[in-house]
Formats: sequence, C-alpha cells, structure tokens
Amino acid sequence: MHEHDNILLTEAVERYISGEMTPDERLHFENLRKADSEIDQMVVTHTLFMQRMNRYNEWQKFHASLNEIHTDLAAQGKIDSPALKGKAKLAYLYNRYKRVASIAASIAGLTALMVSAILWSVTPKTHNAQQIENLSRNLSSLENKSRKQAEEINNLKNSQGSDAKTPEITYSSGGTGFIIDSKGLLVTNAHVIQNAQNIAVASNTGIEYFAEVVYTDPVRDIALLKITDKDFKSLPPIPYGFSRKMADLAEPVFTLGYPREDEEISYNQGYLSAKTGFNGDTLSCQIQISANRGNSGSPILNNEGDVIGVLNGRQKDQEGVAFFIRSKNLYNILNEVKNKEKNDSVIQNVKLNTKSSIASLNRTQQTKKIQDYVFVVKVN
Amino acid sequence: MKETILEQEILLLKGLARNDKKSTEEIYKQHYNLIQALVVNNNGTADDARDIFQEAMVVLFEKARSGTFELNCQIKTYLYSVAKRLWLKKLQQQSRFTEEWNDSGNLVKVEEDLEVHEQKDQEYDLMHHSIQHLGEPCKSLLEAFYFKKKSMQEIAENFGYTNAENAKTQKYKCLMRLKKIFFSQYKK
Repeated sequence: MHEHDNILLTEAVERYISGEMTPDERLHFENLRKADSEIDQMVVTHTLFMQRMNRYNEWQKFHASLNEIHTDLAAQGKIDSPALKGKAKLAYLYNRYKRVASIAASIAGLTALMVSAILWSVTPKTHNAQQIENLSRNLSSLENKSRKQAEEINNLKNSQGSDAKTPEITYSSGGTGFIIDSKGLLVTNAHVIQNAQNIAVASNTGIEYFAEVVYTDPVRDIALLKITDKDFKSLPPIPYGFSRKMADLAEPVFTLGYPREDEEISYNQGYLSAKTGFNGDTLSCQIQISANRGNSGSPILNNEGDVIGVLNGRQKDQEGVAFFIRSKNLYNILNEVKNKEKNDSVIQNVKLNTKSSIASLNRTQQTKKIQDYVFVVKVN
Repeated sequence: MKETILEQEILLLKGLARNDKKSTEEIYKQHYNLIQALVVNNNGTADDARDIFQEAMVVLFEKARSGTFELNCQIKTYLYSVAKRLWLKKLQQQSRFTEEWNDSGNLVKVEEDLEVHEQKDQEYDLMHHSIQHLGEPCKSLLEAFYFKKKSMQEIAENFGYTNAENAKTQKYKCLMRLKKIFFSQYKK
C-alpha cells in the first residue's frame, strides 16, 4: 500500500474507534475489515495502541490535578501533609539513624572518623572571613603538606597524568558534581576543586573514577570536570534538562548531593526565596533549603526536573539561606570552553539537554532517575 | 442516613471518572489523612504517603472510569485496602519490612484490581518511555494532535509546515515511529 493510502486508513481507523463515523461509513468500513484481514489486523493493533495512548493522556492529566489538589489542600490546612511532615521526617530520620548506628557500631574505624569530623565541625573556621560559606566538605583533617597553594590549573592537568596512576591517594576534601554530558562531563563549583592535585569522582553506588579539570572560573564559581578513567562507560541519556529561564519566587526546588561523611546521597527540598544572590548578585539566586558542607556543586532542580542552577554557598548568619548559580551561566561557559578546547571531541560535542524527560514523574521517581548522575567530587 | 452517604459516594465516583476537580478534591480531602497515617505509622515518610495515596487514587480513577464499579464498600475501605497492598509491596521491594504492622482499617479484596492496575501501570511507563525517545518535533506534534486535540491546520501553523496536508504526513510518520518503539517493548 502507498503511504497516502496508509494515512487515509489510519485516519479512518481513528474515526472508527472514536465513533465519529456515520452509520453508512461504519457499515462500509466493517465490510472492508471483513474482506481484508490485513486491514482487520491493523484495526486491532491500532485500537490497542490508541487506548494505551489515551489512557496515558488521561493519567497524566489526572496526576497533574492530584498534585495541584494536594498542594492546595496542604496550603489550606485541610490535609495534614505539612504539619505531619515534621513528624514523618522524624520517623524517617529515626529509621535512618538506626541503620547508620548499627553500621557505625560494626565498623570501629568509622568512630574515629566521626570524632575527627565532630572536632572539625566545632572548630571555628578561621581562613574564611567571608559571610558566605562555601559548602565543600573536608573529608578528614589530613592536610596535604606538599600542596602548592597557588597551583595553576595547567600545572594541575600536567601532574594529573603522572599522579593519576598512583593507586594510594587520600582525598581530603570534596563536594558534589553532576553530569552534563553522558560521556562523562560534570559540573561542580570552582571552589570545590581549588588547589587540587588529584580529583576523583564517585557515583552514588560508590564506584570511583579519576577526573580532570577542563575549565574553571572562580568568579562564577563553576568548574567542569571530565572523567578520564578507562573504566567509565557512557551513561544513558540524561533525564534532566537545563533551563535558561529564571525561576519564579516561591517555586519549589530540590537537590541531591553528598553532605554526609559516609558519602550517602541525600535529598533536600526548598523554594526560591529571591531572584538574586548575595548582595544582589545577578548571576545567582537565593533559595531556602538546608544545605550543608559537601552540597557544593549539587544540582538545583524544579518540579519539571529541569536543572535551574548549581548550588554554591550559604549565608553564614542565616539558617537555611543558600545560593545557586543559574543554569544560564552553564550555557555561556560551554560556549567559551568550546572556543578554547577545539581539539577535544567530547567538549565539542557537548550539547546541554534542554528537555527534561522526567517532567511528569513524581518526586520519588524523579529522584530515582537523577541519582545516578550525581557524583561525589573528591580532591586532594 | 446510610443511603445518603452511598448516594454521595456514587456522585463523587462519577465526578472522579470524568476528572472533575471538585469531586477529586473532595475524595482527596476526606481520605488523605487516613492513608498518610497508614504509611507513616509503618515505616514511611510523608512523601511516601503522598505517592501511595495518589497511586491508590489512580486505581480508584480507573475503577470508576471502567463503569463496572459497583459500590460494594465505601470509598474509604477501598482506598485503604489498595493503599495497604501498594505500600506492603513497596516495602518488600526496598527490603524495608516492618516487623509489626500497625493498622486498624477494614479491608476488602483488591488483588484482581491491583493486577489489572500493575499491567496498566507498566503500559503507562512504556508509553512514557516511548514518547520520550521519539525526539522533537515528533513528540510535540503528536502531543498537540492527540492530547491537546489541536486541528491539523493549527498544528501546521504552529510548527511551520506549509500546509495541513504536509503536517498530516509528518504526523503519520511520527505515529508509526512511536508505535514501532512501543510495540518493540510491549509484552516482552
């Protein structure tokens, strides 16, 4: 059959299924079905397909209205959702804690780590006089004495080649990074990898890969890392998109990162509280979220599963106030890098995904899809 | 008195079946807290509760839409039974068993409905996956025609085709590709 006939036939089948045919047409069409088994088969499969597609559409609409209703009712206090959230969270944390505690008891070494972590956390930070605190996390108190303070990124790349093969590297600080290209390109904060000699990234399942810095911009506080490890295999297409748009005030946001000492991925949520960053900085925005050390470089996502920015700091004197660098900057940075790194095929082929494929999923499902793309960034 | 409750519930279900927001909201308001308590008291979070309740609502929605729903129990009992099953299953999948199960609700048999639901849910995911893999402009083109019910003329204008006939050819090709992706995974 020709394409044109097929188009007409498909149209006829759809009108037949939806009951739009006149009785005469219907009779004629049914005779056609009886006479031609190929057409009959097509009607059967197409009917099945259209049913699935219609149901998909109905469910999507229904899910959307359920979410809307939930938010409305919670806001009006007609369901217990926000009030119970605290209690539920407590129950959750309690269960979580039980598990962590049992692990801690079985691994004595961890106790020592925890003690040093506690010591570290109560020691006042002296080297950072700024009001905004970077959220990179010191993994242990081991300072690398041989570290050259003012090492240029170029030197770093050179040293990477030789050092990367040494198997025993103790990483002393870190943050979070997330994939912007499935071939192994990540974005994190420049302050996370500042003064780094070696960099490794680890997936949420704990697999570690060597990485190198391909770009760093201390002003915008963005760095791009490339996984150089041979063991790394390209990931499936990235589920989230990157939104150029400015988010709206009060828009809910969420993030995934590695603030915890045991490098367990953690979820957090909040909302956009101001359209500019610290002291009116227009590169960034302010959010209300409880961010911790180690969250630096975490993606900030909206309900649709679009990355709207990269978390980079929090305000020291205000609880829960954090900042992120808008995704718009990523587009600009990529263009700059492409002009600089003309010979790097991975860089040249990077194109930020603009369309989230998880817009219609609920938060739990979204998180599940995203977590494989969020990595621990380890630095020494 | 009992009669009027029953009548009210039938009206609510009819509303639910046509995705009437008022009815959906009413059911949501009446039963959310009960399900949330069920989940939260059994090792879940408020977010888990929201997911489980909404999935139970989808099961009820399908049941109401199928037109075969005879109200042999109250909506409350039905939602509770479905939610309990769904939550138990989720706990098992994540190996997060609760040692003692805290609940107090009446139960009805919902196994068959849940089997049907699981099948539909898989098909939903498959359709979602297939549409996501279609790429643009096919995805938007099909969504505009089949979901937003736009006319071919409008679509031609919005997507920049020179006429409705070209847009229709394109739509046909996109639909064939979508069917191919869908059926390649269907019932595997």
